[in-house]
Amino acid sequence: MIRGQSLPSIHRGRGRYRVEHISGRVVLYLVITAGAFIFSTPLLWMISTSLKSPELINRIPIVWIPPELRWANYIDPWVEMPFLLFYWNTIFITVTNTAIILITNSLVAFGFARIPFKGRTIIFFVLLATMMLPPQVTMIPTYLFWSRLRLVNTFWPIMAPEWLSAAYDVFLMRQFYMTISTDLDEAARIDGCSWFGIYRHIILPLSKPVIGVLAILNFSFNWNNFITPLIYLNDSRLFPIALGLRLFETQMGGGDTYVRLGPLMAMTLVSIIPLMAAFFIAQRYFIQGIVITGIKG
Amino acid sequence: MAQAVSGNSPARGRFALSPQARINIAGYLFITPWILKFLTLNAGAMIVSLGISLFKTDFFTTFDFIGFDNYTRLFRDPLFWKSLTVTAYYAFGMVPLALVFSLVIALFLNQNVKFQGVYRVVYYLPSIVSGVAVAILWKYLLQPRWGLINQGLALLGIEGPKWLFSTTWAMPAFILMGVWAAGGNMLLYLAGLQGIPTDLYHAASIDGANAWHRFWRITLPMLTPTIYFNLIISIIGAWQIFTQSYIITAGGPDNSTLTMVLLLYRKGFQQFHFGYASAIAWVLFTIVMLFTVLIVRSSEAWVFYAGEVRG
Repeated sequence: MIRGQSLPSIHRGRGRYRVEHISGRVVLYLVITAGAFIFSTPLLWMISTSLKSPELINRIPIVWIPPELRWANYIDPWVEMPFLLFYWNTIFITVTNTAIILITNSLVAFGFARIPFKGRTIIFFVLLATMMLPPQVTMIPTYLFWSRLRLVNTFWPIMAPEWLSAAYDVFLMRQFYMTISTDLDEAARIDGCSWFGIYRHIILPLSKPVIGVLAILNFSFNWNNFITPLIYLNDSRLFPIALGLRLFETQMGGGDTYVRLGPLMAMTLVSIIPLMAAFFIAQRYFIQGIVITGIKG
Repeated sequence: MAQAVSGNSPARGRFALSPQARINIAGYLFITPWILKFLTLNAGAMIVSLGISLFKTDFFTTFDFIGFDNYTRLFRDPLFWKSLTVTAYYAFGMVPLALVFSLVIALFLNQNVKFQGVYRVVYYLPSIVSGVAVAILWKYLLQPRWGLINQGLALLGIEGPKWLFSTTWAMPAFILMGVWAAGGNMLLYLAGLQGIPTDLYHAASIDGANAWHRFWRITLPMLTPTIYFNLIISIIGAWQIFTQSYIITAGGPDNSTLTMVLLLYRKGFQQFHFGYASAIAWVLFTIVMLFTVLIVRSSEAWVFYAGEVRG
C-alpha cells in the first residue's frame, strides 16, 4: 500500500527520527563509500590490468595507472581467437532467447493472473514447486533427449528449452499483474474484447517495469550461462563468449602465470561490456520493477 | 476436443460452450508453454532421471538395471562425502554472510543517502556480471603473491593466506566471491524497506522507542517476508555452485573445492556414468528440498505479514 511512495517522501515523514547528528551522517557515508570502493576495486583492477604490459602486472606495490597504456591488449586477441564469432554466437543466443521467453512468460503469467480457469490455484502451486527443482536433476535426461535427436553440438539444446517460460519469471510477472486493477479488463470484456486483446492492449502496455526486470535477468542469465553450452557444444565455432573466454584462459597458460594477463583481462572486460550496457539501459525500469514486485516477495 | 474446435461460433453451434468452459479453454491456451515445459522438462525429465539413477549406463554400450546400487555406492564413495561437506560448507558460510551483509548495506542506503542510485549500481553490478568472466577475474585477484587481495591485506599489516592454493582457504575465498555477488538480495531488501508503513515508526517514537528498538521491533519483523524469500532463493542457488570451482580451481587443491555439481558433471559428462551422476542429482535435490521444507515450515514462527500484525 506504500507502493509508489518514493524513498525521500517516506523519510521526510519521519525526518525527526532519522540519523540526524552530523557525526552519524559522516560515519554512514564513510561506511557505504568504503564498501562501494571495496566492491568496485575488482572491476577497476581488471580495467587497470587490461592496459598493462607484462612487466607491470606483478609489481608490488600495485601500479594502478600504467605510465603507458597498452591498447594492443585489446587488439591482438581478436586475431588469435575467433572472438568475433564467439560474440556473434552469444548475441544470437541471448537476444533470441530473451525476446522469446519474455513473450511466453507474459502470456503464461497473464493466464494465471487474469483468467479464472478451473484448476488455476493447484496448477500455480505446482509451478511454484518446480522452482525448487535443481536443473541438475533434469540435465541428464535432457541430454539423452537431445543426443537421441542428434542435436548435440547445435544451438537447439541451449535455446529451445528456454523458450517455454520459466517458473521464477512467471511468478514475478503474475505478482505484478495482480497489482493492476481489473476494472479495465472487465470493461473491455463487456465491450467484447478477447482475452488476447486485454493482454495486448491493457496489460502489456502497463507492464514495462516487470518486463525490464525480466529482460535484464534473462539477458544476464543467457549471457553468463556456462554449464549448458559446456555440456552440449564441442565445436569451437559454435562457442559463446563464456566458453571462448575459458578456452582463451587455458591457452594463456591458466593458473599462476601472469605474462599474458593483460590480453586476458582485456577480453574478459570486453565480454561483460554488453551486459553492463544492457543493465544501464534497462536500469530505470529495472529498479522500479523490483521495487514494485519485490514487496509481495 | 471436438467441443473446443466448434467453440468458435458458440451461439449457433450445436455444441455451444458454457461461459466457464470458454474461460477454461482460454486459460489453458495462455499457459500452454508452461504446461509443455512442465510435462517434458520438469515432470517427464524427473521421472526419467529417477529411472536412470537405477541403471548402470553410458547410454551407448551398457544399460543394466542395478536397483539402488548407485545410491549404496554413492554413500560409500569418499569423494561424494567430500563434495557434500564442501558444498554444505559453502552454503552455510555464504548464505548467512550474504544475507546479513546485503541487509546492512540496504539499511544504510535506505537512510536518505545522496546519490543512492550510484551506490545501488555499484553494489548491484557484480551480481549481474557473474559467470566465467568474474571467475577468471577472481582467480587472479586471489593470487597469493601479487594478487590485489593480498596486497590490500599487506597494507593492513596482515600476511594473506595462499587462498586458492590452500585446502583451508580455498572455500572461504569462494564464499567471499559469493558475498561480492549478493547484490540481488540488497535490491529486494531496499524494495522491502520501502514497503514498511511510516506510521509504524511514528507510533513507536511517540512511545519512546529509540533507533535500536525501532530496528528490532519494526524494521526487522516487517522485513521478514523479504528475508524469507532471499533465504530460500540463496540456499537453492548455493547448493548448485559449479562455475567457480570448475574454472578457478577444478575442484582442487586436494578436492577442497569439489562441489556436488562439479562431481556430478565429472561423473556424468566426463566419465559417462550417467546412472551414478543421476543418483548424485537426486541426493542434491533431496537436500535442497529438505532445507526448503524446513524453512517453509519454520516460517510461521518467524515470518510476519503486515496483514496479520494489524489484524
